Amino acid sequence: MISPPTDHQLDPKNWVKAYADYLYMYAITRVNDEEQAQDLVQETFLAGLNAMSRFEGKSSERTWLTAILKNKIIDVYRKRSSGLKTRELANAEGEVDDFFNGHDGHWKEQYAPQPFGIDNYDPLEGKELNGILKKCMEKLPALWQSVFTMKHLDDEPTDAVCSELKISAANYWVIIHRAKLNLRACLQKNWI
Amino acid sequence: MSALKAIIYNCRKATYLTDKRMAGKITFKEHIELRIHLYGCAACRLYVKQSGKINEMIKALLKSPAANNIRLDDDFKNRMQVTINDELNKN
Repeated sequence: MISPPTDHQLDPKNWVKAYADYLYMYAITRVNDEEQAQDLVQETFLAGLNAMSRFEGKSSERTWLTAILKNKIIDVYRKRSSGLKTRELANAEGEVDDFFNGHDGHWKEQYAPQPFGIDNYDPLEGKELNGILKKCMEKLPALWQSVFTMKHLDDEPTDAVCSELKISAANYWVIIHRAKLNLRACLQKNWI
Repeated sequence: MSALKAIIYNCRKATYLTDKRMAGKITFKEHIELRIHLYGCAACRLYVKQSGKINEMIKALLKSPAANNIRLDDDFKNRMQVTINDELNKN
């Protein structure tokens, strides 16, 4: 059997030089941990070496390696959130209940949104408040951060995020809502 | 309490629908309920604005070009290269 002509070939001797920085950046923006990002790049190269026979040449070397890395990042997300899922959701219930009155679901007076700097803030121009946002995001549970990263950085559709993180669609919306409530409250509190 | 009354007085549900609407789809009925709630609730109208702004900020933060300057440590790269060469020579 003649294999179809392929455009792309693998050259593993050149991987480190050509892709290590790119893959590292890809990993670190998604796992937010230098050591873990390094390990992920190394694991990606090793997994790539083992899977070379399955490379069909349909995608570029970089795309192929990135796909391997992406699966490894999803594994990290799953690990970070496994076992915590139920507890995080339960905690979140408590936190959200703090924002609203139990009996009628109305904002508690002290938590109701107030106008603050964010209302005229241009995220594309002002970068100085990114530090505050970053700190507020770091306070969120790991699972929520994973959901946010997949949603906003990779523009992944809801059903893809749900299946990759193994959460139900209902839980997904609950997480988005609670994460947003907590972020907003944190920003309002810390805005300079 | 009727369904309509429930949403008129329920900011918890209105903010939930707000975030769901921004991120994806809500049903026509939910859309109407939300509109009615927002008509009468200034706090949640502000929430709608701020929540949208937070989405923009998160996107800008995550996609910020500063991340492009990140480089992997050279020693680590060299060690990886050695590992890869070893693996290649095994076969």
